[in-house]
Amino acid sequence: MAYVDEQTTDTETTDGISTERAAFLDRYPHEALIVRLNFLVAFAALGIGGIFGLVQALHRTGYLRVIPSADYYTVLTGHGVLLALVFTTFFIAGIFSWGITRSLDENLSTRLSYLWFGTMLVGTVLAAIPILGGFVGSEISADVLFTFYAPMKAHPSFYVGAALLIIGSWLAGADWFLAYRRWRGEHPNDRIPLQAFMVLMTMLMWYLSTLGVAVEVVFFLIPWSLGWIAEVDPLLTRTLFWYFGHPVVYFWLLPAYLVWYTILPKLSGGRLFSDPLARVVFVLFLLLSTPVGFHHQYVDPGIPEGFKFIAMTNTMFLLLPSLLTAFTVVASIEHGARQRGGTGRLGWLRSLPWDNPAFSGSALAGLMFAAGGFSGMINAGMNINYLIHNTLWIPGHFHLTVGTAFALTAMSITYWLLPQLTGKELSLKSVAVVQPYAWFVGMTLMSNAMHRAGLAGVPRRTAEPQYENVSFEGVIGGVGEMRLQIAIGGTILTIALLMFLAVIVATWLGDRSEQISVNDDIPEPLSGPENSPRILDDMRVWFAIAAVLVVIAYGPPMWGLLSDGLLAPGSPPIPVWLPL
Amino acid sequence: MEVHRFEKLWLGLALLLIVGFIATVTYGAVGAGVQMIDDSGGTVDPDALGDHPRFSEPGTYQTGENEYDVYVISRQFLFQPGTSEPIRVPAGSTVTFHVTSADVVHGFEVVGTNINTMAIPGQIGEITVAFEEPATYGILCHEYCGAAHHTMEGQLMVVPEDEFTANMTVDGTAANAADRPDAATEAEG
Repeated sequence: MAYVDEQTTDTETTDGISTERAAFLDRYPHEALIVRLNFLVAFAALGIGGIFGLVQALHRTGYLRVIPSADYYTVLTGHGVLLALVFTTFFIAGIFSWGITRSLDENLSTRLSYLWFGTMLVGTVLAAIPILGGFVGSEISADVLFTFYAPMKAHPSFYVGAALLIIGSWLAGADWFLAYRRWRGEHPNDRIPLQAFMVLMTMLMWYLSTLGVAVEVVFFLIPWSLGWIAEVDPLLTRTLFWYFGHPVVYFWLLPAYLVWYTILPKLSGGRLFSDPLARVVFVLFLLLSTPVGFHHQYVDPGIPEGFKFIAMTNTMFLLLPSLLTAFTVVASIEHGARQRGGTGRLGWLRSLPWDNPAFSGSALAGLMFAAGGFSGMINAGMNINYLIHNTLWIPGHFHLTVGTAFALTAMSITYWLLPQLTGKELSLKSVAVVQPYAWFVGMTLMSNAMHRAGLAGVPRRTAEPQYENVSFEGVIGGVGEMRLQIAIGGTILTIALLMFLAVIVATWLGDRSEQISVNDDIPEPLSGPENSPRILDDMRVWFAIAAVLVVIAYGPPMWGLLSDGLLAPGSPPIPVWLPL
Repeated sequence: MEVHRFEKLWLGLALLLIVGFIATVTYGAVGAGVQMIDDSGGTVDPDALGDHPRFSEPGTYQTGENEYDVYVISRQFLFQPGTSEPIRVPAGSTVTFHVTSADVVHGFEVVGTNINTMAIPGQIGEITVAFEEPATYGILCHEYCGAAHHTMEGQLMVVPEDEFTANMTVDGTAANAADRPDAATEAEG
């Protein structure tokens, strides 16, 4: 298959003319190293977590069982933590370091960047040890899943590790804000470059939202797991978790948006449709991502209905920035296709570089995110949520969002980024060209079946979805058919994952190249930032409004939870390594 | 700020969709009367369920003509009642479930219905439903609660009215609402 690259864009490119290679690696050697280190950890976690996913898909559908059912939850904890926390956070730290450096033309602080990477890495190792300990039945275990709801207790090392991972990400944010401050000193009147704007807005949202899980872990779960305090209030810690647990999905999503807004239009052969709208979208995410966490607690007792209703309303308005994104990104891609000679109402779709995996993967990820967005609208509907709460519908939903919108975008943009970080041409290109399609097909099979099984009432998070007293009535299709699709889909996804890792390893181990065929010049948007009000760039204003919205949405219910005592009604720790 | 006219149209449609969603949820709550799980169940000390007037002997209590309260304790890895004996309620009745947990977080889902609540230690989940016809439903725990989570299930039997005798009735007969303990007085739908 031919491999079309973005030289055919309307971008002015110096490739092939200059003799000196000027990739990101050559311009910013230290920053390229930091990005590579982050990607290394991210993809190692992706590989291990992905294999765990295959074990689960085959185990719970009954096709292949290599572990006892009690160990299913160890595997599930590993899958959730490695993919949703480790893979995501390290990949994001990598791509944000790249985006800040490239768009501001500022270096990171050498010492600080090693410090934050090291902190995140130590945290990951501390959390991973007890998770893996679950396999050997050791007391050092953490079979508590990604949500670690008290009063189920993990080994303290798990909580300390999770806290360090978060603290490391805060330090990374500090590194990026310091780079911004230096840039601002040199450019007092310029608009913030778009990529840097996106990184900084995402990090403001991250600082605001990780406060919840930091308080939960540092003030409650760590002292409790060490025996310094006897009891914690399970509903309070759970509420603090979900204060963080929804914005974290936007922390995963916004880096994908950064790719879709700033790189995908160029890969399509054109340029971004509207810079101002992109800024508005990120402002809306900062404002609305956090005061929505109660929509994960619609069926929790102890929380008044009114607060759930407020969270529902905010959640629905959170659809707006994503719907705006759908318009802007599709318009930008269409513009690119027409630059490449595409015509017709839909005929332009044929002119897109579908054989460039960086393009096809990001575009397919966006398409799947649309489907995931629609199932998310169902989740947000406070009353129909009763039907699907904690059923297989939910993992069906988030494998479209974090599992594809984020993961497939991350993988496919790496095909474009890694050559610029290593100075090496992409290896195994024909494998890379097929890989996004394999992921798309695998996820289509797995996710549609999970959604339908959820409608039939099949629960999530269980090793044995067969119950003596329960027969699940399939809404469309039979339970056997859905299980088969989940097993086949999961297998294809694993193959796609191995294809990705093969391309990455082969590229990384390959020889350096004199020239590389990709570059990170990004064309100016059709409508530039000069067309938008300057207040969009005033981060202090937006952060203050976001904080006020959080106080309104969380102040009264938190007061309600705290008024009966900080630790009451309390529960002592219940270790989950109980031998059967 | 310049916004393309197609984009304005799209923005308008997006807002319409959002307002429409909020309107349907509001209608569901106000018009169709879909009751949300909220804080009306109150709290309970998870280490002292034996001291609670009802959770000390969980089961079905008659509270009025065709009105019943069902108290259920979830614990690793069973529902009490539900697992070793089915929860029994009569057809043609209005039933309020009061669900709590004695240890970790569990889920309480009656498959094929919208009875779906978390069982959180310290909190009492309260949900009122009407059962018209005799039927048998499966109950399962839908929140991971430990190594044998997948074995945690139970049964709910809606039996014909003439075959039903309450596990316990308040004061032997259909109780006067005024006699009922505080924990069971609120939000009868």
